[in-house]
Amino acid sequence: MSAIAIPLPSGLREVAADRGRLCATTGLPVCAVAQRFIKLNAVTAVVFLLVGGIAALLLALTRWQAVHLLNAEWFYRIVTLHGLNMLIFWILFMEVAILYFTCTTPLNSRLFSEKVAWVSFGMMLVGAVMVDVVILKGQADVMMTSYLPLLAHPLFYLGIILVAVGTLIGVFNFFATLYVAKRDKTYEGSVPLVTFGATAAAIIAVVTLLHGAIVMIPTFTYSMGWTPAPDPMWYRLIWWGLGHQSQQVNVCAMVAVWYFLSSVTVGARPLNEAVCRGAFILYVCFINIASAHHLLVDPAVGASWKIWNTSYAMYLAVLASMIHGFTVPAGVEVAMREKGYLRGLFGWLTSAPWKNPGFSGFFLSLVIFGFGGGITGVTLGTEQINIIAHNTLRIPGHFHVTVVGGTTLAFMALAYYVIPLIFQRDFVGRKLARLQPYIFGFGIVLVALGMSFAGSMGVPRRSWDISLAGAYGPAAHLMLGVVGIGGIIAFAGLLLFCLLCVGTLLFGESNQGRAMADWGVAQPATGAAPVRLEEHDHNATKGTFALALIFLACFAVYYFANWKALADVWPVK
Amino acid sequence: MSSIVSPPSDWCRAPAGHERIWLGLALGWCLVLSLMMPFWHFKGKQNSRGEAYAVKPDAFLARAEKFIAANKVGEEKQGPNVIPIVEPPPGGDAYLVARMWSWNPIIKLRLGQTYRLHLSSIDLQHGFSLQPLNMNFQVLPGYDHVLTLTPTSKGIFPIVCNEFCGIGHQMMVGRIVVE
Repeated sequence: MSAIAIPLPSGLREVAADRGRLCATTGLPVCAVAQRFIKLNAVTAVVFLLVGGIAALLLALTRWQAVHLLNAEWFYRIVTLHGLNMLIFWILFMEVAILYFTCTTPLNSRLFSEKVAWVSFGMMLVGAVMVDVVILKGQADVMMTSYLPLLAHPLFYLGIILVAVGTLIGVFNFFATLYVAKRDKTYEGSVPLVTFGATAAAIIAVVTLLHGAIVMIPTFTYSMGWTPAPDPMWYRLIWWGLGHQSQQVNVCAMVAVWYFLSSVTVGARPLNEAVCRGAFILYVCFINIASAHHLLVDPAVGASWKIWNTSYAMYLAVLASMIHGFTVPAGVEVAMREKGYLRGLFGWLTSAPWKNPGFSGFFLSLVIFGFGGGITGVTLGTEQINIIAHNTLRIPGHFHVTVVGGTTLAFMALAYYVIPLIFQRDFVGRKLARLQPYIFGFGIVLVALGMSFAGSMGVPRRSWDISLAGAYGPAAHLMLGVVGIGGIIAFAGLLLFCLLCVGTLLFGESNQGRAMADWGVAQPATGAAPVRLEEHDHNATKGTFALALIFLACFAVYYFANWKALADVWPVK
Repeated sequence: MSSIVSPPSDWCRAPAGHERIWLGLALGWCLVLSLMMPFWHFKGKQNSRGEAYAVKPDAFLARAEKFIAANKVGEEKQGPNVIPIVEPPPGGDAYLVARMWSWNPIIKLRLGQTYRLHLSSIDLQHGFSLQPLNMNFQVLPGYDHVLTLTPTSKGIFPIVCNEFCGIGHQMMVGRIVVE
């Protein structure tokens, strides 16, 4: 594991050992309290992932019109369950785990407070279980968005408020830890990039959760009959301050995971810290106006408001993603070239450790997020193009390659390191684990393709049956079949992941006192002398640059094809 | 330096090489993306201006019933319901009421004429999705959402609801006919 061993100043060793342990693999200090809550949150996250995954399979097998498994009532109930468990519970619990890691180990710090961590975890867990029970009892068939005047049982809103406040308390623990680490000078200079990215995610999370409180509290009091009904358009505007920004928390956390995994699997380093950090700051500054993406064909918000807000002020947050999409693979390329993989444009990429699920999972996440999620997201979120996309299956087609193919896959890849390093157990079923990212990635890409094509043919999202409309032909039905098959494959990948994680926790061999079993990190090429490339060698990243140009070309083709499709429909204003 | 340790103190440096070129390209592309929208707003024919007026659900229903009575040209039995078929005057206003789970009335339009189509709901949120053109607009209670629409193709166009509105959501199908 030479790629991830990091020398620690000797003075810090004793301090670190005093409040936890030194990692036998990396040499980094692990705070015992943080470790306990990373474990708790990560395990809970995987349980919710499994609940959401079972829901996903049922939905895929229902929208596949030839199978049509659930009845209408249960279909809508399970859509609600799926959305909340996947988008909120799985991801938030995992993100709290990531926050606790990034504010302790990389900073040689202890977690600020064990009590606060318990309060946060307890509130989140109670809230999430409350929401799931209310949904399964059939008292909240309102979708994740719960658009007013549609009304759920008050405990549904109360559960969401508990999860949001619990998360907010976890985020507070993160910031307090940053403060304590800075005050006690546990590290020198600037915080590491991974911590910086997590901090950006935490800042966005605060803004997001405040939106959640603003919209959910009056909705809760209304559902209790205490206050009058909030305006439905006001609800949409504020709710999406929660709904969309929370996805930006995911993007931020995912990018931080990309940087982390590229470091531990191939020894990549950020090409230019200033550029990477600047891109995170762009997220923080400009993402909060992305709420407008969901209101582009709404009444009462005008064209100039829509244009300014949908473009995140000249697309500066999109710019941030395009920067990370370049700097992460560029870091991998430089590291691989320094190891002697110099052949051609892509020799560095083909020689990368593709059998390491930490690497393959993260790199697939990067490609799926960029080529799939990024291009479709910007295009569908264009003010006028949204007319031919709003509320069709194109929308879930987009976010299943951002949140699932991107964030979820990156978090799965992370688990292949979290479990050996934090739970100190080596994975069981290592051959299957090496395949898992590919199975899951392939399945989810199929799901997204099926959804996107069906949506282009006008098939609505969140609809139990499209045959009643009489508007959809065999091609649309075929595409829903693709969604069904992709859903089965993705679920197989997800189930495999959950079984491997649980199996490892129960039966995995303990690696206490020794380095974790190596997944296969990038080694220097045989016969090549290790080189240190110039910080900005003009030819060092030509492979990444070529990939970036291909990306831009795909983006332009998809984007302008959509303008053409829009130009073909009836004039409207 | 790895991304999990603190960077050296001189980390703040200007981008160079490929990274710098990519930054320029990405920024340029973002400018294209942002300029396309105002360009289309002035030069394009499909826009969503969000023109809307506050209206109480019963007031909207009353306006729609008046519109139906004045312009009715027929009716169609759909199960237990009778849905009126209405032909608004070219260039005039048309009203479409969304409710759980129907669109009322069936609207007949003339090719190439421009109409002001008023959309509103009298109960939950609904989604106006005109097929197979795949044009989609949000319909809210309390908001009279006005689309200035010019049909440029003939035929029968189903209106599907694409905002979840309860258990019968998928049955909510209406129609625009263009002659």
